[in-house]
Amino acid sequence: MWRRLNFRHGVHPPELKDLTARIPIRRVPYPEEIVLPLRQHTGKPARAVVRPGARVERGDTVAEADGYVSTPIHASAAGVVSGITLWPHPDGSYAPAIRIVVDRYSPQAARARLVPDWNRLGPAELIEAIRHAGVVGLGGAAFPTHVKLSPPKDVKIDTVLVNGCECEPYLTTDHRTMVEYPERVHLGVRIMMRCLGVSRAVIGVELNKPDAIEALRRALPTDIDVTVEALQVKYPQGAEKMLIESLLHREVPSGKLPMHVGVVVQNVASAATIAEVFDTGLPLIERIVTVTGRGVRRPANLIVPVGMKLRDLIGACGGLTEDAREIVFGGPMMGLAQAHLDTPLIKGTTGVVVLSATEVKAEVSYPCIRCGHCLDACPVFLNPQLLGQLALKERWDEMEANHLADCMLCGCCGYTCPSNIPLPQLFTLAKSALRRKAA
Amino acid sequence: MSGSDLLITASPHLGAGASTPTIMWNVVASLAPIVAAAMYFFGPSALIVVAGATAGAVVAEHFFGKKGTLADGSAAITGILLGLTLPAGLPIWMAFVGGAFAIAIGKLIFGGLGQNIFNPALLGRAFLQASFPVAMTTFPAPASAGDWWRLSGDNFALPFQTPRALDAVTSATPLGRMKFEQADTSAFDLILGTSSGSLGETSGLLILFCGGYLALRNFLNWRIPASIFATVAVVETLLHTLAPARFPGPLFMLFSGGLMLGAMYMATDLVTSPVTNLGSWIFGAGVAILVLLIRLWGGLAEGVMYSILIMNALVPYLNRWTEPRVFGSRPARPVP
Repeated sequence: MWRRLNFRHGVHPPELKDLTARIPIRRVPYPEEIVLPLRQHTGKPARAVVRPGARVERGDTVAEADGYVSTPIHASAAGVVSGITLWPHPDGSYAPAIRIVVDRYSPQAARARLVPDWNRLGPAELIEAIRHAGVVGLGGAAFPTHVKLSPPKDVKIDTVLVNGCECEPYLTTDHRTMVEYPERVHLGVRIMMRCLGVSRAVIGVELNKPDAIEALRRALPTDIDVTVEALQVKYPQGAEKMLIESLLHREVPSGKLPMHVGVVVQNVASAATIAEVFDTGLPLIERIVTVTGRGVRRPANLIVPVGMKLRDLIGACGGLTEDAREIVFGGPMMGLAQAHLDTPLIKGTTGVVVLSATEVKAEVSYPCIRCGHCLDACPVFLNPQLLGQLALKERWDEMEANHLADCMLCGCCGYTCPSNIPLPQLFTLAKSALRRKAA
Repeated sequence: MSGSDLLITASPHLGAGASTPTIMWNVVASLAPIVAAAMYFFGPSALIVVAGATAGAVVAEHFFGKKGTLADGSAAITGILLGLTLPAGLPIWMAFVGGAFAIAIGKLIFGGLGQNIFNPALLGRAFLQASFPVAMTTFPAPASAGDWWRLSGDNFALPFQTPRALDAVTSATPLGRMKFEQADTSAFDLILGTSSGSLGETSGLLILFCGGYLALRNFLNWRIPASIFATVAVVETLLHTLAPARFPGPLFMLFSGGLMLGAMYMATDLVTSPVTNLGSWIFGAGVAILVLLIRLWGGLAEGVMYSILIMNALVPYLNRWTEPRVFGSRPARPVP
């Protein structure tokens, strides 16, 4: 039976994944200092529970969750807390962060701890363990995983979708995770299925990663209903709503969440991290990051302690090339350009892309020529042309009436715009203006 | 590098490639063969008229436009396109005034590139048509092999002077012959372009090729010409079958007059055509029906210009009526 595993619209940016797609994941040496921002997840920032001068071991809790939609933060290396100060945050602001001077003689072994046997735990205990481990979605948005795994009682979930699309150009974080740790992905999926009490899981991977599809299929468990589906290569195939449309042909209603169509979506890296929590007992203190781009000398896929500074990470990859021009956290379609080499990587940092002078976009914009390319690109069928014109005139209310809320800032419109109008930036601006007005 | 000279821009950090000036200059380049063909058919007069219109457009853009907008290429397109809608014998000063009008009144007065409602080249032509009706409807016959160098008319007439009557051979356009003499023109002549008419009204085949290149590169919306051609072909086939004596066949309608140039280059003007695909289909069909109405039942022999201008005026409505259904606006289905 022929089934369309795709969504409508979207764009085809160059994949640019060859730089790192075949490079095995390796561990980076510990840096001299770790900086842990208290806000690394969607929700309320964590509350610091250590004081300057405190000695911490790898895996110790340094900040507690402050409320339900919040997660604890753990020391990613042994050392001494040197202070809690404002520090450059990946989002461009200065935000409170815990600085830890790493003990260079420490073997970086974690404290001895009891590793719970996931097989004997019920859903509530599993979710509690995941919460304590500070697990967040590793696909970029860093939404606390325990919240996603605890849908309200009146919502019926029937499927877990596992997102292995990695549709952003350049990034190979999820790709290498699937190739090298397929069993961990499957174990994580199994645990999530138990948490949610569902019997079906589907792992969606874009067709440009045949080795990942093969590795996952080879390690496929036979006692539960998990399938691996190959999806057409298109951006943003990995956006939650697009993935649900492609795999299950369910349209998430405007303003609603995937759970309202019976689905919970988790990233493959999040699944692997959940498995690791129940494998080692260690919380989320390190993650896999692709450091790539034409502006970095030795692109790599690395296991990086959370809180490692950009400068140290670039250093571990041979440094920047002469024509390095812009450093992006995340992929080039949605990622944030960084101003400081002191900015630390956080839990949600999927990759570091260093763009060279030849590939950064020109800084000039031209007037909108109403070509309509953005309408053909928008995966949620908005009219970015109209929204952009309204945004330039600061007509926020009309933008709201034209469904601005459905925009997920995927960047397709800005990517296709021949006039280089910064549409996603204008929409971000409009969204925050509307939020301020509502507040 | 140290990190102090890092570039900070908003996402997305990659672009699809073709910038607005790239698109515009590609359109200019794709018009070159059509201008060359006009020269082949009408001699040096063709180049004089096109150059005059382009100079008018470029000069107006330079003096009245914002700084640097000449480089985006849109003024050059307007000038060349206007030139291609003019007869070969037109005095150069008229072409120049038309080009200047097209840019200054057709585009800049609305706020420049992207802001105009009507196709500027066609607005320029409408202005010339209203101002100089005789000069605009004197169509020289295509140059003959022996005297290619001879001018098709008094191209160098001084402004506001009556052009000297040259002994140039004029002839009725195929559409004029159809309308006023009930005479037919061979479809073969029309397709190749060896018939009388405006400079760009000649070789339909060449225009199809050049426009096709732009469509392949997604620099024009292929749905608009496709819709125009399909509508004309279907309606004309029907009419011709019903009354062969009264209505010419679809091939004649498609390849005569300015339909090819209008469909490929004027109706597809990005700024003045709909942004939605459904809107583009409707827009094309509307142009086609208006063209047929004017040609078959109106007082004029040709109606492409007015048809496109009228449909231009409807574009904001078409955009609003055909906005796509937003993802997620379907009422939720219960979870199976």
